[in-house]
Amino acid sequence: MKLTGAKALIESMINEGVETIFGYPGGAIMPTFDALYDYENKVNHILTRHEQGATHAAQGYARVSGKVGVCLVTSGPAATNAITGIADAMLDSTPLVVITGQVGAALLGTDAFQEIDVVGISQPITKWAYQIRRAEDIAWAVARAFYIARSGRPGPVVLDITKNAQFQEIEFEYKPCTFIRSYIPVPEVNESQIELAADLINNARKPYALVGQGVVLANAETELKAFLDKGNIPAAWTLLGASAMPTDYPLNKGFLGMHGNVAPNMKTNECDVLIAIGMRFDDRVTGDLNSYAKQAKIIHLDIDPAELNKNVKVDAPVLGSAKDTLAALTAKIRKADHTEWIESFQVFIDQENEKVIQREVYPESGELTMGEVVNKISIATNHNAVVVTDVGQNQMMAARYSGYSQTRSLVTSGGLGTMGFGIPAAMGAKIGAPDRTVLMYSGDGGFQMTIQELGTILQEQIGVKMIILNNHFLGMVRQWQEMFFDERYSFTKMKNPDFIAIAKAYQIDGKEVSDRENLDAAIADMLKDDKPYLLVVNVEMKGMVYPMIPAGGSVTNILLGE
Amino acid sequence: MEKILYTITIFSENTVGLLGQITIIFTRRGLNIETLSVSPSAIKGIHKFTVTLYSTQDVVDKVVKQIDKRVDILKAYYNTDDDLIHQEIALYKVATENILQQGSIEELIRRYHIRILEINNDFVVFQKAGHYAETQQMFEELSETVGVLQFIRSGRVAITRSKVERLTDMLEGIKKYEQ
Repeated sequence: MKLTGAKALIESMINEGVETIFGYPGGAIMPTFDALYDYENKVNHILTRHEQGATHAAQGYARVSGKVGVCLVTSGPAATNAITGIADAMLDSTPLVVITGQVGAALLGTDAFQEIDVVGISQPITKWAYQIRRAEDIAWAVARAFYIARSGRPGPVVLDITKNAQFQEIEFEYKPCTFIRSYIPVPEVNESQIELAADLINNARKPYALVGQGVVLANAETELKAFLDKGNIPAAWTLLGASAMPTDYPLNKGFLGMHGNVAPNMKTNECDVLIAIGMRFDDRVTGDLNSYAKQAKIIHLDIDPAELNKNVKVDAPVLGSAKDTLAALTAKIRKADHTEWIESFQVFIDQENEKVIQREVYPESGELTMGEVVNKISIATNHNAVVVTDVGQNQMMAARYSGYSQTRSLVTSGGLGTMGFGIPAAMGAKIGAPDRTVLMYSGDGGFQMTIQELGTILQEQIGVKMIILNNHFLGMVRQWQEMFFDERYSFTKMKNPDFIAIAKAYQIDGKEVSDRENLDAAIADMLKDDKPYLLVVNVEMKGMVYPMIPAGGSVTNILLGE
Repeated sequence: MEKILYTITIFSENTVGLLGQITIIFTRRGLNIETLSVSPSAIKGIHKFTVTLYSTQDVVDKVVKQIDKRVDILKAYYNTDDDLIHQEIALYKVATENILQQGSIEELIRRYHIRILEINNDFVVFQKAGHYAETQQMFEELSETVGVLQFIRSGRVAITRSKVERLTDMLEGIKKYEQ
């Protein structure tokens, strides 16, 4: 079959199961957009309002669906605009294929109009970046791109395709990629590693599991539960591991890290065997490494050999997909009873309830707090919504006070911490999980970083429920200024527009709430149908996220507020 | 921890941009590449990089894992000098006139096992292969006596003493994944 390169590109993507593309047309990608015009009933193209929005939308789509998120943008500034989302996907192991147009091959290296070295720029922040200069390489490169993006530890791939390659006609034949000799995505389980780890667990009196996104990416939620149940092992989750275990699962002891729960952090330095599963000992989880879990034998299950012994020296590394390694471990561990150890978490849970949660979630007077808003919305959605967040206080509050009843329910920018992630990621999440309620929590700062995507929501009528937790501050920075910079609030105060009026201009319904007595009705109004909605909640201006482990401090050095 | 010289050996596919992918891993960690040598390997289509780096074992270990992780890298590993037979090559351009004024250079040639690649009225080019210290010592001696117009030294090339051939083993090992 003779096809132009542009058609071959689209046919290749269809072969990979692509249904949705987030994109933005422009000069060097026009031949492909022209071809896309004939594929309207096969491929759903979502026109975002900025290329960064396209990448975050593709991330949101990928994170809820487990499929590869796809972006299609032009060269030069479009490609550089996409960089933030690509970097975000790299740090959070999100499978993306980002296709960027490029000037004709004859113009490469001449500083032609909208020419930029996309492959060079994206090399450090992609799993693979490749420039296609000839149409005959398209099918091969696309097949390889999708294989690399989705296999092993997932991540972003950039394909930079020159304009001439889109115009050229070639004989098209598609063959999926299943093997690259220099790339072993899923290492085989090593029995001796399993035995060593199982031995440590079988001799543990206080075993403790840390659950990361690796469990979700491996679709190993069932294997995780079987493992924890059999070993009777209490577990906690990282930000990206949220919802790998349901909130009401008895062995789920909560959220790790800087703004995590007290018990999971304290117990890190009390357990005798620490079992890290598909997590990477990020500094926001470990705090000071010199005082991190020094008393424990450490088992680390990960698919990426470069993660083993990277931040924390490990006694028993277990390489492989969490689905395989957890199953193998479960077979080798003895059924155990650690009731006393598990019950010992309760004293810290009670302490946090009393010192932090009562004030944050159940205040009876004073201004509205972020925590109570999140809690009320979580209850109103039966703890079953997809929660998308922006970055900052809103993110920590949403992660802490949302309930999760199924996997892939928290979409947030963990590693890169990208403000502006919220709105576009929520759009992508809603498209990826159309039957679920998608909530988007943002601060007043982050909302304005990608506010233009309200246009995409208008055009596509994407039913996202957006909540601005408005404190008229860049709240997390303000919190640090209060705590560590002598209350010098340098450029964190914000004079904000009328968000409801802006939403109205985009034909998005909404309400603004400042009083406790109006909150429930406003939440009910937001959730009454499946249409886009903006709820602006004016919360206390100087709210703080507690508990807090100051950066670089020990995981047991937890501040609880006044 | 003590910083010593490590030799990193990398086998890669012969694709565009591989060197860049490798060097950014060093750049990001503020590490200086000491020497670098790249050439086609014994296996057609596979390139071999030899990189030397002063660092601690902890750092070189992490760097090599990050290099090995890149999709188009077949195998990366590191060794210390004890594990290796290694060599560098150096060229020295010296003014012919200065050499003639010096009198006999037989002693110098014998002592350093110098090869002479070119002689004309203007200059002489010496070649010396050896370890860094040896090529450096000769450079310093020539500089003090006859002066050196140009000097160039290659990156290190190295062969392991080990009986294990890691690339061959790796290629054998992955055959089972191939369909």
